[in-house]
Amino acid sequence: MKHFTRLFVALDETTKTTEKVNAMSEYFSTCTPTDGAWTVYLLTGRKLRQLVPTARLAECVKEQAGLSDWLFAESYDAVGDLAETIALLLPPPTNNSDVPLREWVEDRLMPLRSKPEAEQKELLVKYWNELSTSERLVMNKIITGSFRIGVSQLLVVKALSKASGVDEPTIAHRLMGDWSPTEEFFTGLFSSDTQDADASRPYPFYLAYPLEQEPDALGEIADWLAEWKWDGIRSQLIRREGKTFIWSRGEELISERFPELMEAAEQLPDGTVIDGEILAWAEGEVLPFNLLQKRITRKSLSKKLLQEIPVALMAYDILEHNGIDVRIQPMNERRKMLVQLLTPGALDAAPSCRGQLNSIFRVSPSLMVSTWDELAESRKNSRELKVEGIMLKRADSAYGVGRRKGDWWKWKVNPFSIDAVLIYAQRGHGKRASLYTDYTFGVWHDGKLVPVAKAYSGLDDAEIRQVDAFIRQNTLEKFGPVRTVKPELVFEIAFEGIQHSPRHKSGVAVRFPRIARWRTDKPMQEADSLETLSSLINGGSSQ
Amino acid sequence: MSKLIYATDKGLYCEAGDFYIDPWRPVERALVTHAHSDHARWGSNKYLCAEPGAKVLRHRIGQDAQIEAIPYGQKLTLNDTTISFHPAGHILGSSQIRVERNGEVWAVSGDYKLDPDPTCAPYEPVRCHTFITESTFGLPIYAWQSNDELFTDINAWWEKNKRDGKTSLLLAYALGKAQRLLKGVDTSIGPIYTHGTVESLNQVYLSSGVTLPETARLSSMPRGTKFAGALVLAPPSAYGTPWQRQLNPVSAAFASGWMRVRGIRRRRSLDKGFPVSDHCDWQSLLKAIHLTGAENILVTHGYSQILVRYLQDQGLNAGTLSTQYEGEEETSTAEETSSDAVSKSAEETTFADGRDSADEIESAADKVEVQE
Repeated sequence: MKHFTRLFVALDETTKTTEKVNAMSEYFSTCTPTDGAWTVYLLTGRKLRQLVPTARLAECVKEQAGLSDWLFAESYDAVGDLAETIALLLPPPTNNSDVPLREWVEDRLMPLRSKPEAEQKELLVKYWNELSTSERLVMNKIITGSFRIGVSQLLVVKALSKASGVDEPTIAHRLMGDWSPTEEFFTGLFSSDTQDADASRPYPFYLAYPLEQEPDALGEIADWLAEWKWDGIRSQLIRREGKTFIWSRGEELISERFPELMEAAEQLPDGTVIDGEILAWAEGEVLPFNLLQKRITRKSLSKKLLQEIPVALMAYDILEHNGIDVRIQPMNERRKMLVQLLTPGALDAAPSCRGQLNSIFRVSPSLMVSTWDELAESRKNSRELKVEGIMLKRADSAYGVGRRKGDWWKWKVNPFSIDAVLIYAQRGHGKRASLYTDYTFGVWHDGKLVPVAKAYSGLDDAEIRQVDAFIRQNTLEKFGPVRTVKPELVFEIAFEGIQHSPRHKSGVAVRFPRIARWRTDKPMQEADSLETLSSLINGGSSQ
Repeated sequence: MSKLIYATDKGLYCEAGDFYIDPWRPVERALVTHAHSDHARWGSNKYLCAEPGAKVLRHRIGQDAQIEAIPYGQKLTLNDTTISFHPAGHILGSSQIRVERNGEVWAVSGDYKLDPDPTCAPYEPVRCHTFITESTFGLPIYAWQSNDELFTDINAWWEKNKRDGKTSLLLAYALGKAQRLLKGVDTSIGPIYTHGTVESLNQVYLSSGVTLPETARLSSMPRGTKFAGALVLAPPSAYGTPWQRQLNPVSAAFASGWMRVRGIRRRRSLDKGFPVSDHCDWQSLLKAIHLTGAENILVTHGYSQILVRYLQDQGLNAGTLSTQYEGEEETSTAEETSSDAVSKSAEETTFADGRDSADEIESAADKVEVQE
């Protein structure tokens, strides 16, 4: 427990990802395999079902610390986290122990669930009395099943890769699906035999840069392929050795989330890798992005959900064809291969959007325009078509690695969009009076979040309830009607204009800010900075 | 007959003695508990404080101020009252002020702590009928560790940074906290440098007879001096400023009672927090209140309503007293330089309860009004 707690504290005390990765990799290199397995389990957000009811935990700490209900409630309110409140309120320990994490979880904490109340309490008190404040925090977090400490799965993968010498995609693959935190599992993670992961391995994604000037600066339009910029989940679909794997851009295996794509992929020949955008799609139209997010975030995919939110893969590139890596082929050649594969017989006949192989696979249509002005006209339809704008790809370009300037550009319809962190909340009015619906958002500046926008609208009712619950559980301070919220939730904020404003602390004022969507996929460290926001000032109007 | 001491718009006033205690606006006669800027403000005609704190007070409110100082425990008659200063254990020269009129005794604690601090005289309980106490950390989640544990942690952090080739930047109030930390750290680990604000207060402490380890003013070092492995003491306001760049690579830690709560530290994006305060934790507050034997407790700045409710639950006669004291600010910029401190008007006062954050909200709200 001491070793694991040291890791927990180290992760908690830095916002730098390299330091987090180093701390974890050092831990994984020195821990026992069973402790390692449990550590991976906890850090990747897998949870044990709540082992002791919250009310009983509170009861127990109140008895130990001699606190009345209201004083406990005030303390909880000030801290905002139950596991931490309990750790801070308990009297100092009189014992000391260093029992391995595995033993804590398997032999001490998990058995609590089936014990009668009196024995549960007795054991809790005994356990707390052996632990320091930080160790108690860890124990309580295991019991309450909430172990979020700002480490993404990706960072855990990096650390395991660093500690084991096994490459990241292999580790990522090995962490997918159902596994138990056992010694075998952990030693398997470290195994250098990488055959198991070969078939699943994705290619690095090629990413576009935002267009910084008028498109005619790119030269002849004939040298470019234009298509819509779809607002979905960028994905790679891999079909190899009779198996299918779907990876998201964050290199997470999301196969299980899209059973209909998995089924359709059986029609693809072995040795095929397609790059595209998974969209919520019905009756020839894109559905709102938040519907698609449900497919990712819901714990289980019910038949009902699959029916309500059908998806399609809007394919726009092929990276592997007949088992050959074709990324160095020119874009227009790759596109031909893709069209031929997914819409046989319809080679380059516009619109190629007509699905043939399986209607779930669609080829992102080329925009057949002859001048940049025509393209600009088309772009004005973006909002109506529920796309984010236009992608421009140089016709003779290879498929690159990472974000590179030059060959792929995104020409978004609304360049004014930032990812900001929820920092303050206020109750709404009217029917929303009991809910926290008015939010203030901050962006990073000198390591701090500075408020830049206040927005009321943009979330649906279910999301508002979720955010409201988060705010109540994560209030750091209250002053009057306003709560300071633990910075954690990231939202994409869209706005129409921006200008300098000496009246505002941030130095900028934005016009008509609203919530474009809840970025449940983004950690707060990746929210935008004030510098990024300010750099938009000379970017012209929103169109 | 009116209460012996009551709050006015200028500060806590004792009518029978015709003096104010820690007034927040200029008055004729101010009795000052200690030199922190929310208690010792510039502009009054005459100041009275405890002798050990006289030089610190002069440093904070100016060379021309008329300051009189008397030893701890010495009684002085002011009109119909007898007053005396008693150690509060908060910072050098900090006092509780005892006020007596016809056998009725009140004690105003200012800011205080019970934990040992080698840079100032230890807290001394004052028996009284009415006790005016602060409540900065008046919640049971606030419980300080011992000095031994604290300095073990700080030294370990410094040593680790030294091994990693980093500078250790320790952010603490320039007056009091910085000297207490300086006196407790293991000076064998490496050299100690100071920010100018801290250094000038170190000099005042030294001239007041407090011994401190040797330090050097960072700005007096030749250009290109490497600070890796060193400890640098600076006020919280230095964090994230261009001044800090010369310390890179650096690990920054904030020494404050607020660091007891993870969320507060994380919100400030700090690597490290050491929960240490020159205020009482919850248990110390209760103990101090008990030791005074007071029948009436008036609670000032901090979690006053919570402490009052708790004391009332215990059958004590307790109430709140509204003041403009700040306690230990979570987002402190109050203890900067003396000139900053004195120019701060009462209207600009920010509160430890996050009122300054509320201002940000207001500005954010303004923004929306302007735009829509």
